[in-house]
Amino acid sequence: MHEQIGTTGLVLDEPLLWEKGKKGRSGFSIPRHDVEQAEMDDSLVGEMPDIPQLSEIDVVRHYTRLSTWNFGVDTGMYPLGSCTMKYNPKLNERLATLEGFASAHPLLPASFSQGALELMHELEKALCEITGMDAVTLQPAAGAHGELTGMLLIHAFHKSRGRQRTKIIVPDTAHGTNPASAALCGYKPLPVKSSEQGIISTKAVEDLMDDEVAGIMITNPNTLGLFEENISEISAIVHAGGGLVYGDGANMNAIMGIVKMGNIGVDIMHLNLHKTLSAPHGGGGPGSGPVCVKKEIEPFLPLPRIIKDGDKFSLSLDNPHSIGKVQAFYGNMGVMIKAYSYILTMGPLLEKASKLAVLNANYLKEKLRGVFHLAYDRPCMHECVFTDSIQAEEKVTTLDIAKRLIDYGFHPPTIYFPLVVHGALMIEPTETESKEDLDLFIDACRAVADEAKTCPEVLLNAPQKTRSQRMDEVLAARKPCLAG
Amino acid sequence: MRYLPHTEEDIRSMLEQIGSKDLNELFCSVPERCKTDCELRLPGPFTEWETRRKLSLLADKNAVAPEYKIYLGAGSYEHFIPESLTYLLGRSEFVTAYTPYQPEVSQGTLQAIYEYQTLAGNLLGMEVTNASVYDGASALAEALLMAVRITRKKKVAVSRLIHPYYRQVVKTYFEPSDYQVIELPSDTAGRTDLSGIKAIDDLAAISVQSPNFFGIIEDLDRLGEKTHENGALFVTSFTEALAYGLLKSPGKAGADIACGEGQSLGVPSCFGGPALGIFASRKKYVRNMPGRLVGKTLDRQGKRGFVLTLATREQHIRREKATSNICTNNSLCALAAAIYMASLGGEGLRELARINHDKAEYLKALLKDEGLEIPFSGPTFNEFVVRFPEQFSAMSQRLADRKIIAGLPMESFYPEMKNHRLLCVTETKTKEDIDALVEGVKACMNR
Amino acid sequence: MKEISEIKIPVDLFYTEDHEWVSRQEDNLRIGISDYAQDQLGEIVYVELPQPGDSFEKGAVFGTVESVKAVSEVYMPVTGEICKINETLEDNPEFVNQDPYGKGWMVSIRPSDASDLDTLMNAEVYLKKLRGTE
Repeated sequence: MHEQIGTTGLVLDEPLLWEKGKKGRSGFSIPRHDVEQAEMDDSLVGEMPDIPQLSEIDVVRHYTRLSTWNFGVDTGMYPLGSCTMKYNPKLNERLATLEGFASAHPLLPASFSQGALELMHELEKALCEITGMDAVTLQPAAGAHGELTGMLLIHAFHKSRGRQRTKIIVPDTAHGTNPASAALCGYKPLPVKSSEQGIISTKAVEDLMDDEVAGIMITNPNTLGLFEENISEISAIVHAGGGLVYGDGANMNAIMGIVKMGNIGVDIMHLNLHKTLSAPHGGGGPGSGPVCVKKEIEPFLPLPRIIKDGDKFSLSLDNPHSIGKVQAFYGNMGVMIKAYSYILTMGPLLEKASKLAVLNANYLKEKLRGVFHLAYDRPCMHECVFTDSIQAEEKVTTLDIAKRLIDYGFHPPTIYFPLVVHGALMIEPTETESKEDLDLFIDACRAVADEAKTCPEVLLNAPQKTRSQRMDEVLAARKPCLAG
Repeated sequence: MRYLPHTEEDIRSMLEQIGSKDLNELFCSVPERCKTDCELRLPGPFTEWETRRKLSLLADKNAVAPEYKIYLGAGSYEHFIPESLTYLLGRSEFVTAYTPYQPEVSQGTLQAIYEYQTLAGNLLGMEVTNASVYDGASALAEALLMAVRITRKKKVAVSRLIHPYYRQVVKTYFEPSDYQVIELPSDTAGRTDLSGIKAIDDLAAISVQSPNFFGIIEDLDRLGEKTHENGALFVTSFTEALAYGLLKSPGKAGADIACGEGQSLGVPSCFGGPALGIFASRKKYVRNMPGRLVGKTLDRQGKRGFVLTLATREQHIRREKATSNICTNNSLCALAAAIYMASLGGEGLRELARINHDKAEYLKALLKDEGLEIPFSGPTFNEFVVRFPEQFSAMSQRLADRKIIAGLPMESFYPEMKNHRLLCVTETKTKEDIDALVEGVKACMNR
Repeated sequence: MKEISEIKIPVDLFYTEDHEWVSRQEDNLRIGISDYAQDQLGEIVYVELPQPGDSFEKGAVFGTVESVKAVSEVYMPVTGEICKINETLEDNPEFVNQDPYGKGWMVSIRPSDASDLDTLMNAEVYLKKLRGTE
């Protein structure tokens, strides 16, 4: 039994900003007002914004204390399935703050933005290489935004062929953003059930495919952590029916250098730079969700495109078939810089990263088998799914297990997703966790499973060691209080 | 490799315990035909020092302050960002944390975003603000979709004085639907013209931007009144959030939904992204709102805490019936905006906004003195349109050689505006800078 | 969650496959969700109801009931027009949990076809269904 890492600590309380503000304080160095005061029509001027006055030290202490109530990847392991919470390299953070990038204005003439344009162009090339696709747009701001872009591309493709279709096949293991993105584009999601092996069968797709189906959205590996073995056949069926195959690339961390999505029938896919390519998650973004496509879809990509002519880069708006724009400018440059820096740092070693991610997940699967019930007893990819059915006998749920793991110093895995597994506990360690940290996690899981048998109330009351305990979510939803 | 902690021994031991002979065997469930041609032909791996050098060289090829004086706005604004903000935003507990689905270990993010919601809501005079969307453009598209959901009407009206790229994003989002997007004209004062609005029925929303793309402050009170008379929702947009440190808020003018770009509030330009989509509405529409919401509640010990709430609107629960597909948003940028607003306070925002306005007016007056035409009479904040003489565009290269970028040529956005440029002046330009710009313009014109 | 034996099933009401109850009033039908349904849903945080005057076919969705983590649709047991809605549920969605057959009523409707009622289950049949013997 290894030592535990979850302890209590000196964590200070901190009020809300407006509970500590005081008139007369300021935390900002106001620039010199070196020109005359100009006239402004009184009818245009509003009331002073109701925002508290704080000194710089007030602000610094406030946010420093708040940060101590958080748990980041830098604090400890974050085995959230389908989130790929790998280590966020600090070099990447530093390079994104270089003045030449941070202060770059997007509307300067191209000759003044050659560095930014070159970086984006090189990143596009690298993403094509990783995915086996032909062209890229870096514009979408996150994975879901990439999915919407993909749906818009599919829509434009069918429109250009003179026919509009109404349905998109979506597996029952799909992330909620998949049907939501399809619906935003006016498509009706057509669910397809996964087989007992946890993957989509060729026949199931064959049965659904007709000339109303615009395409299929498929996550590979899927959210059960399993490789969709029939994907080549499924793609062939969809293509034969005139549809397109959209790949949700959220789980790319399992297959870099092992499978190229472009080689297995995928026409359009998105990547999550804030998952696979190590950009940090930021407590909820910003992310970046580039979309990679095959040549025949390239004409529909959002504008502008980045053009290289000799050694000069420029932005081209010259394309009448483009779907237009999904963000005002060119994408989340601040996130792209981090992904690009990571790709340069790793190079072909990205393949090793995927292999070790899969190694770590399989190691956890073997060691936790029997501790929790394993949903699919098959080789997994970079994540594996357990359930609470063993613990349910003591009336202990996945939620309780998750909350108790916090007391042991771990962020819980993903819970209650995918929906096809009752009480799902989805664990993705990523390749940046060492064997020692995995063993600590395994020990913690074993301890929690034991407690579930011997003293379940400890789980039901967890977490106990955190500054805050379980929240009353019913109150928050019945009487929403969304501002102070 | 410093990001991969496994030693050969670790790998051997783990493979043994799994029962696989090597790493490749772990991929036995992947059909052979899927593994063909998978080699990653990428440059590298590069050392930290080589990577740093490569990116520094790229960064150096971009024109930025202080070497260049750039008088550009149009959706991305150069503002000072205090060192304290950059420092706090680097706290790894904020940066490397996940979305706060487990509230007990995310109270830092949750309280910070609750505070952001409150501060942004106060700035805009609106009752409810969400935790952010991607940028001002997608925020407008989402706002119009929200209006359609609420009213169940089929048409939305968009002023032609809204940022051209925002209007493009709206068009893209609306393309697959059978909702109609109608463009509203502008008048000679550089403001949105709603005189023809009575003729349009079945309008879900009328949307305007203020200050608009010409930099002109719209008469939101009057526009709001006419919109409501027409039975539509009033959607206001903005690209320069700092303006509301000084101007009357959209909430006061009767906005039903107020959305726009918050990049000015402590987020660096960074070539246009990541940005900050601020999104706010009346409380009665909150269940139709896209995006995450943080709410206040109590924990089991009765202690105040914060939690993501009203999640049944969102994709992970409602799936295809969700109010939007948004999942990851721009949380860290919202945090930056909160820190920025907290550092300035209401008074600081007011003063900083005044400085922006006054500097822009100073430049405007000097250019007028040089005989240049200011074509629109409407009041402006920190951006305005100037009509230069025909020879100017050829000569502006000489200003660029002096490392001065004199505004954004308008012709590609509004074909009737040949030789017009949109100039932006923020607190980052000194009086001397502005004088030098005018000197440079003079020199170009006298040639 | 309750045992089946603890579920209240008033004998003077009719029930649907989707766990709605129907109460015959003088000139209209009053509708809500059963004790079993509210128990399964857990703490209810929001009830979305249609407007008086809206009409729906039998089997159509006329509203939703939300808990923190889930949304359930509520279906019309018969074809009809909504004449009244229970506005107290806006501020007190918990009435559905506390008193599903009384304070927690949802809508009253004017049915277009009285014989639709014959397709509904009575209390005894509904209890059998819950017990899983039907």
